[in-house]
Amino acid sequence: MSNASDENDWTKPAAMAIPKGGFFPDRVEEGRYGPMFPKTPACYGFSVVAKVKPGREQVVRDYGKSIEEAVKADPSVLAPLQLHYLRWVLFDVGSGMHFMYQGIFDTDFDKYLEDALEIFLKTGINTVFTNLEGFPEDWKTNLPAVIKFFREHQCPSFLEYGEYPYVSADEVKKALRVKAALSEMLDQMQ
Amino acid sequence: MLEFEDIQHILLTRAPALTGRYEFLSFKDPAGARTWLAEILPKVQSAKAMRESVNKEKRWITIAFTWNGLRALGVDEAALATFPQEFRDGMVARARMLGDTGANAPVHWVDKTASPDLHAIAILFARDASERERCAVDHAKLIAECKGVEVLSSLDLEATPPFDYAHDHFGYRDRLSQPIIEGSGDEPTPGSGAALKAGEFILGYPDESGVVPLLPKPDVLSRNGSFMAYRRLEEHVGKFRDFLRTEGKTPQEQELIAAKLMGRWRSGAPLVLSPDKDDPALGADPQRNNNFNYKEQDPQGYAVPLGSHMRRMNPRDTAASMNRHRMIRRGATYGGHLPEGMPDDGTERGIAAFVICASLIRQYEFAQNVWVNDRNFHKLGNERDPIIGAQDGTLEYKIPKRPIRRKIVGLPAFTTVRGGAYFFLPGLKALRWLAAAGKRAESQLGTTL
Repeated sequence: MSNASDENDWTKPAAMAIPKGGFFPDRVEEGRYGPMFPKTPACYGFSVVAKVKPGREQVVRDYGKSIEEAVKADPSVLAPLQLHYLRWVLFDVGSGMHFMYQGIFDTDFDKYLEDALEIFLKTGINTVFTNLEGFPEDWKTNLPAVIKFFREHQCPSFLEYGEYPYVSADEVKKALRVKAALSEMLDQMQ
Repeated sequence: MLEFEDIQHILLTRAPALTGRYEFLSFKDPAGARTWLAEILPKVQSAKAMRESVNKEKRWITIAFTWNGLRALGVDEAALATFPQEFRDGMVARARMLGDTGANAPVHWVDKTASPDLHAIAILFARDASERERCAVDHAKLIAECKGVEVLSSLDLEATPPFDYAHDHFGYRDRLSQPIIEGSGDEPTPGSGAALKAGEFILGYPDESGVVPLLPKPDVLSRNGSFMAYRRLEEHVGKFRDFLRTEGKTPQEQELIAAKLMGRWRSGAPLVLSPDKDDPALGADPQRNNNFNYKEQDPQGYAVPLGSHMRRMNPRDTAASMNRHRMIRRGATYGGHLPEGMPDDGTERGIAAFVICASLIRQYEFAQNVWVNDRNFHKLGNERDPIIGAQDGTLEYKIPKRPIRRKIVGLPAFTTVRGGAYFFLPGLKALRWLAAAGKRAESQLGTTL
């Protein structure tokens, strides 16, 4: 049950420092799979970090192309997630190759976990995780285990910032549509 | 192929009952509990038996157990640990997430369903009150003969007049939008979508993801079983009628407010198809009363408000993975009818219903936590389900309208949760397996010795 009263003034950039663990102890909201991460000026989001199985780096990298193709073929394929951005990063800082999957959403991701995983399944994103250590072997039939993996590998932020805080992707698109319509109208009046 | 002879009837059929009774049981002695189960088992109908005998039968019985109840019957810890976490936790432990706080909190529940001693439910649907009384007396006799079996509470069910169609105490026609299971022999009505894979509701079959999900062990216990969320929901009829009178100047306006809260006129006619005036013939016609969508026909909610009960409980084509969140609803009303025009008499009356699904967390809990109680569902900002949401008087309800929407502030709670529990609904073979658990244990002991 999200707190929507935090729809602050979008003209005022805002930063939010988040306690260790990712939750505010005095206003933690209980979700179906445990406590839910709060909405911040940068909306909802997650940063899942996991170690890549030895020799699988290129396989993971190749998924970048396959997601690009999936979105090209159907631009609305990820729409239900209400995403702003996805960022996939491969890095090795001395402890082996790791994969970081960072997403910024308008949806309260914790609430729609199964729906998100369903979309991952459709686009093949799910199978990228089979190249990560600790991902359940029985992921096809054991949704709770997949969700547990996600939650255990989520590295919560301790700072989030929004230049135009709490604004949804829909609102951004609406504003751009109005701007485009206005430009066209002005052109017509020349 | 569905195993109709093994699946309890409640999953696939609806009894033509006007009355019924729920008995909530506790087991103090495993052998006594198994004796009770063995004795009542022949009376528990499968879907096949129910269909074959429905015209001559007068009563229908269903048996289900809590997680503690399975333990009390003698199911071993290794098997118990294979049940899903939310079922093991039970509804009480999940109360905060479900929105069961304040007046809805388990501490206020009236039927001892919040007790860890709740082990089983015996559900009786009966054609009439005399048959219910006969069955209740028989069951009391059986319980008296079974060591350690106790009745924690019971609830008598009564249909509310007029009896020619199912409706709740607020007057809303019920049973209008039920999912159909593929292979059940039933056909979806127009607009209801395709039949759903059996695994969404019955354990041991492929679900809408195309696979058979991981099952509790052993297979004999879980196959053809399901999970049930029980809710006893008091309906504050006087408060509801007062609200309509306050918000609507004329009877027509009051009816429209009632329709806007639900998404249908009380006759069942959907606002998408009949936005300005009631159409009782449409409401009663299953070939038409579910034949609509939202994305094309009502995207802004001018007919059915975005936060209405119907739109939250089944967002149809405006939700992702809709087929993964469907539920079967069974149950009935309880408490005496409050005639129109009469002041509230303080009697508890409401709905005592079961939500049946293969995954409580993915289906029932999702619906309750997100669809019913997410204040920001459909970006509404500060609303919850106007009929069954956790209302505390601080929330609002928006009715889209041209040129300016109507906003009701401080919506009262028209319902209060009075009881609830999670049950496992085993198949018939599983019930026999549970009843024989003692014998198995004895023979294993004999082998060991």
